[in-house]
Amino acid sequence: MKIFTPHFAALVSLLAATAFAEDLAVQGETVHTMAGEAIRDGVVLIKDGKIQSIGPAATVKIPAGTRVLRAKVVTPGLIDAHTVVGFSGILNQPHDQEQLEKSAPLQPELRAIDSYNGRDPLVDYIRGFGVTTIHTGHGPGALISGQTMIVKTHPANLEQALLNPAAMTAATLGSGASADKGKAPGTASKAVAMLRAELIKTQDYIRKTKLAADKRPARDLHLEALARALDGQQPLLITVQRHHDILAALRLAAEFKLKIILDGVSDAALVLTDIKKSGFPVFLHPTMSRASGETENLSLETAAKLRQAGIPFAFQSGFESYVPKTRVVLFEAAVAAAHGLSQNEALAAITIDAAKLLGIQKRTGSLEAGKDADLALYDGDPFEYTTHCTGVIVSGVVTDVQPR
Amino acid sequence: MDSSLNAAASRVGSPTLNVKSCPCPALLAIIFSSMTRFCPKFLAALIAAFGHAAVLSAQETPLALTGAQLITISGETIEQGVFVVHRGKIVTVGPRGTAIPAGATTRDVTGKVIMPGLVDTHSHIGSPAAGDQSAPIQPDTRVLDAIDVRDASIQKAQAGGITTANIMPGSGHLISGQTLYLKLRDGNTIDDLLITNKAGRVAGGLKMANGTNSRRDPPFPGTRAKSAALVREKFVAAQDYRDKTARAKGDVEKLPARDLALETLVEVLEGQRVVHHHTHRHDDILTVLRLQKEFGFRVVLHHVSDAWKVPDEIAAAKAPCSIILLDSPGGKLEARDVDWKSGAVLEKAGVPVAFHTDDPVTDSRLFLRSAAFAVRAGMSRAGALRALTLTGAEMLELQAQLGSLEAGKDADFILLSGDPLSVYARVLETHVDGVKVFDRENEKDRLWATGGYGAGQPRAAHLCCFGTSEEAR
Repeated sequence: MKIFTPHFAALVSLLAATAFAEDLAVQGETVHTMAGEAIRDGVVLIKDGKIQSIGPAATVKIPAGTRVLRAKVVTPGLIDAHTVVGFSGILNQPHDQEQLEKSAPLQPELRAIDSYNGRDPLVDYIRGFGVTTIHTGHGPGALISGQTMIVKTHPANLEQALLNPAAMTAATLGSGASADKGKAPGTASKAVAMLRAELIKTQDYIRKTKLAADKRPARDLHLEALARALDGQQPLLITVQRHHDILAALRLAAEFKLKIILDGVSDAALVLTDIKKSGFPVFLHPTMSRASGETENLSLETAAKLRQAGIPFAFQSGFESYVPKTRVVLFEAAVAAAHGLSQNEALAAITIDAAKLLGIQKRTGSLEAGKDADLALYDGDPFEYTTHCTGVIVSGVVTDVQPR
Repeated sequence: MDSSLNAAASRVGSPTLNVKSCPCPALLAIIFSSMTRFCPKFLAALIAAFGHAAVLSAQETPLALTGAQLITISGETIEQGVFVVHRGKIVTVGPRGTAIPAGATTRDVTGKVIMPGLVDTHSHIGSPAAGDQSAPIQPDTRVLDAIDVRDASIQKAQAGGITTANIMPGSGHLISGQTLYLKLRDGNTIDDLLITNKAGRVAGGLKMANGTNSRRDPPFPGTRAKSAALVREKFVAAQDYRDKTARAKGDVEKLPARDLALETLVEVLEGQRVVHHHTHRHDDILTVLRLQKEFGFRVVLHHVSDAWKVPDEIAAAKAPCSIILLDSPGGKLEARDVDWKSGAVLEKAGVPVAFHTDDPVTDSRLFLRSAAFAVRAGMSRAGALRALTLTGAEMLELQAQLGSLEAGKDADFILLSGDPLSVYARVLETHVDGVKVFDRENEKDRLWATGGYGAGQPRAAHLCCFGTSEEAR
């Protein structure tokens, strides 16, 4: 008997790779929808990877035979607003470090999708605590290090998991942009000067591409990538820590009418008015980030100050060059929640607020009918150190059930 | 313990300084300079006494804290207890209604939690260094000679509730130097923070490492086997040095030339100095245990990333483990498999477990997190709290004087706003020898606790001998 036909084999491998987006019901004593009040004894019905309906158990009927997962607390799958997981691999050896190309200071043409490793153990690790979506890619450390992408943490094929293959262009200002000794940029001023020159060149390129066909310049991947930041297709993500470098970033944005996101921003508290006035959002450094060098002034209370000032922000796990190799955005939000931010605000900053800033709020970030079924389950207050994440669902697939 | 510098430091309220172990006749006290020159312990006592003159007023009056939950570690937790400290020592740990000494200053701290000051068994606060790049084995180098007591990292550790820390040199050597057990007092100089052990020596251990960190270009070893061979060779030399010294019976002609490196290793061989051994991978852990068995030294295993793979072997060797809990595994090959469950696995195997920050690898201000994550992964609550305090004290051989709330022990304690294992709990106050070294209500102190502009700056110099301790800071 020949059951194992090529078609069958293809089907099996497809299933193995993607797992099932099965019909599910998740019942939580408290369901934080992040789209209105939390629901006591709530039910989330999931079909075909999407949230079919959500509401109090009394009003949402669970069809017979549906697999039911129960938890004390249910939240939307968490979103890490900026990380290098999948690029900066767990082993920290040359072969698994893809977040930074040091050969040139300006390389916007480096695409994130060409080096993302969705099977790095750190992707599984952070998902185990409820992180279902990451904005990841080329890291800080070069004036322009490359592109970033937004992807689900499901280990399935990249195509399915990808929310945005070219989300932003990653830039760094301040001493963090410094190249190796003797190479440019070597100072914060030089970094700004080089970036301005490059943006002017890009403006010229954009102008010329609109000329008659015979007068158009040859296609330039480098300038083409930068053009997306210049014409507003993509935000320019600027990692910047010191107060004066933050102002330099704002100055640059004003000069070139850029849409930027301030990233890191250790000194945010010193220039809150300027940031607020600019209208640009912040991807705040990990709350527990190490305070040294450029980041020496960072504070556990900055998130609360941003909230108070009305500046939109989200949390990130950032980039770690050594041990630990990544942080977990849940823990970063937790410590902020213990330092002046309300629990709801902290949760919003790793769910719906992050989704809005990443432009993926139609797909994920809150528990609402029609959105992707991205959920995290906990056996208590998600922020408490001793609470466990008891389940994770990504696009309707139950990826984790082992308490973590 | 009477002869210890620490005892002297904590007795500054006493009318007479305890210098009886110092063989200098009292008569010589009038010749001050020679006194301090020939009797370093007396000098240390003087430093302790006058360097902490501010302490005097704070210590003369007993301080009673009432209504807090007392997590004693060594005994039952007491709800709404009475806790009294006087002259740098704990004098009362009891339930509600326990008598408070007459004249005591009483503070109602109902709803708060008091536990022993935290003991960090492995830290790099104060930016210490010992061995340089010239050789893989340098037991003659001392952290004592290279630490900045004004470094902001020490203030931040106080803000995290750490009152005692084992300050270690790095792990880039097979033997990188002598470590230092410090009381995190607000000192002017390193002498103000020292602890003197029973042998009258400045308390500290010896830092050793194996695995990849100490593998480098020559003269450093290139393989694990070479690493072990170099260490064995040096310890054999130390055995020889010890034997020659013994055979000389004090005869100067027969004594070997004094060798600072071997002298230190002899302290290790004789069990007077504990080896604090950085080790990660399961096979490296077993190599440490093999060397420990061969040379009979006393060892504490540090980091021990793969501990959960070889708990029975560690238990059989009776080697205590000082472990680290990290936000994620990885960052180096050997930490790939580090897991929060190590605490629970070792506890179950009967291995003493303490935690460490390895500051700056993890943040001293968030040391309590380590215990909470260990509990999350299955360790007992009692074991985890002990691992922050008394078990760590045992690894530093300081359990007789600190690590638990017991009458007679040093008044090293912290006041918390709530459950120490909760993310929402805050360290409100840290006291060392009865002196408040951190107060969250104090603006400057608060900056160390939360961070912010200026939090990275070293603590400013202050006039040590005038004003109250609050003003002095």
